[in-house]
Amino acid sequence: MVDRPSGQLPEPLHARPVPRPGRWVSAAVVLVLVAMAVNALVTNPNFRWDTVWLYLRDVVVVRGVGWTLVLTFGSMALAIVLAVMLAVMRRSDNPVMRGVSWFWIWFFRGTPIYTQLVFWGLLSVLYPRLSLGVPFGPEFWTFTTQDVITAFWAALLGLALNESAYLAEIVRAGLSSVDPGQTEAAKALGMKDGKILRRIVLPQAMRVIVPPTGNETISMLKTTSLVLAVPFTLELTYATNAIGNRIFQPIPLLIVAALWYLLITSVLMIGQHYLERYYGRGFDGGRTGGGRGPRGGRRKPRKQDLIGASGTTKDDPFLEVTP
Amino acid sequence: MTGTTATESDPMVVVRGVHKVFGRGADGVHVLTGVDLDVARGSVTVVLGPSGSGKSTLLRCINELEEITAGSVRVDGELMGYREDAKGVLHRLHPKVIAKQRSRIGMVFQRFHLFPHKTALENVMEAPVQVRGLSRAAARQRALELLERVGLSDRVDHYPAQLSGGQQQRVAIARALAMDPELMLFDEPTSALDPELVGEVLAVMQDLARSGMTMIVVTHEIGFAREVADHVVFMDDGAIVEEGAPADVLDNPSEPRLRDFLAHVL
Repeated sequence: MVDRPSGQLPEPLHARPVPRPGRWVSAAVVLVLVAMAVNALVTNPNFRWDTVWLYLRDVVVVRGVGWTLVLTFGSMALAIVLAVMLAVMRRSDNPVMRGVSWFWIWFFRGTPIYTQLVFWGLLSVLYPRLSLGVPFGPEFWTFTTQDVITAFWAALLGLALNESAYLAEIVRAGLSSVDPGQTEAAKALGMKDGKILRRIVLPQAMRVIVPPTGNETISMLKTTSLVLAVPFTLELTYATNAIGNRIFQPIPLLIVAALWYLLITSVLMIGQHYLERYYGRGFDGGRTGGGRGPRGGRRKPRKQDLIGASGTTKDDPFLEVTP
Repeated sequence: MTGTTATESDPMVVVRGVHKVFGRGADGVHVLTGVDLDVARGSVTVVLGPSGSGKSTLLRCINELEEITAGSVRVDGELMGYREDAKGVLHRLHPKVIAKQRSRIGMVFQRFHLFPHKTALENVMEAPVQVRGLSRAAARQRALELLERVGLSDRVDHYPAQLSGGQQQRVAIARALAMDPELMLFDEPTSALDPELVGEVLAVMQDLARSGMTMIVVTHEIGFAREVADHVVFMDDGAIVEEGAPADVLDNPSEPRLRDFLAHVL
């Protein structure tokens, strides 16, 4: 703050606020409705809250949570790698690369994930043997498909390939949000395309890529419940359904699964919040005023603030999210 | 491939019959319509002209940021972007080779284009380390020297967003100099700057010119052209319409379009 010579701050205005009785009435109505809903949930014996509480900590359920997390993060990791490759291929000069990338995105976005998972499950029926060798020529190694592509890998691959199509569009939007001047400056310095992508463009595209990717991760958490199509039977939804059917109490076990999904989503949302704050901050900040250096006692501004402040990426590129 | 042996007396840059058409067919925009230009070693050439006259495109054709449609560009005797075999057939060069050619030509942009995720020091170190394969320690030493030369020793750890426009442009000049270029291209280096910041950038450029760097400068700063340039070129409609020593071109323009332009700029 700059101290003016006169120094005196004026006495702020004191005025009565506009009366808003409607606010109080609407708040009261909504609160009564909420109380009714909570009451209807808690006091209804059909929900069997005691059973819910019992199975919330069941070994099979917790193990299901573990498998769900493995599927979520495993498939997202693989999908991110594929998506970057697809996005780069989509921008390639080579028409074959562009075409393959376009086709991949078209196919995996255009067919239901459930159908895709069924086909991954049927892979060992459709192709009982897999082999490595010269294309259309001699084979060097052969495997039984069932031994290589187990139910778990079929589920993971199915989820990852489907997700890669969505993420590829997000990555593409991120890459094209970076000012083309950045690529030109790097080119003029004699940098090659691969280095320009890795060292100059991708780091700046992250600001646009990360928030929707967090969103996709939360979406993926719930999508893993579809892997019973493979069938993969260890994840949360299948595990709780199995218990529910065995003890003839499907409803409490559905609630168990829902509560776990909510819990994990909440944790992911907290993570996403911090990630977005990190990558989205500093649209106007980051400029240190009085010419004081980063070592002049001031907090070193986050790198990401400065990328944002430089305005080399667009604020709101059109992004496609969630199926 | 330096096939032809360039001697000290040969020009640094030889542009012959360069045409540039953006787009194809009837919709194509003919931006350069046959440009011939010689730039002597160690000289400063200032390119003037109204906007849309093709000044920036000419600059971008010299370092292959734009592919030329016809003609040839030679820098230090070496054909840019192509290889001519014994039978006179042209072969497009591999992007790696073109990148290598570009690395010997420094370029400074109107809008700086510093890398926002890197400090001033890292911006200057980036190309020597990544393109030349210089050790980080050596690149750092050299970058510090260059930043001192442009008067920014106290700003080495600042990110571009923390620097004024003039400071950013001076870092951009240091970044280009870090590759030890034999030729420097300036594309309206002061046009995006607040008026009070123009002087500090021009001073750095003047110092560079005095040190014997070959420079091609696209600018509207007539004062700079008069004081620093060895050769002034006036472009209009994609061609060079008048060129010569600054005193002749700026004070006794024979071309009415140039007279008109100078009347508007001054």
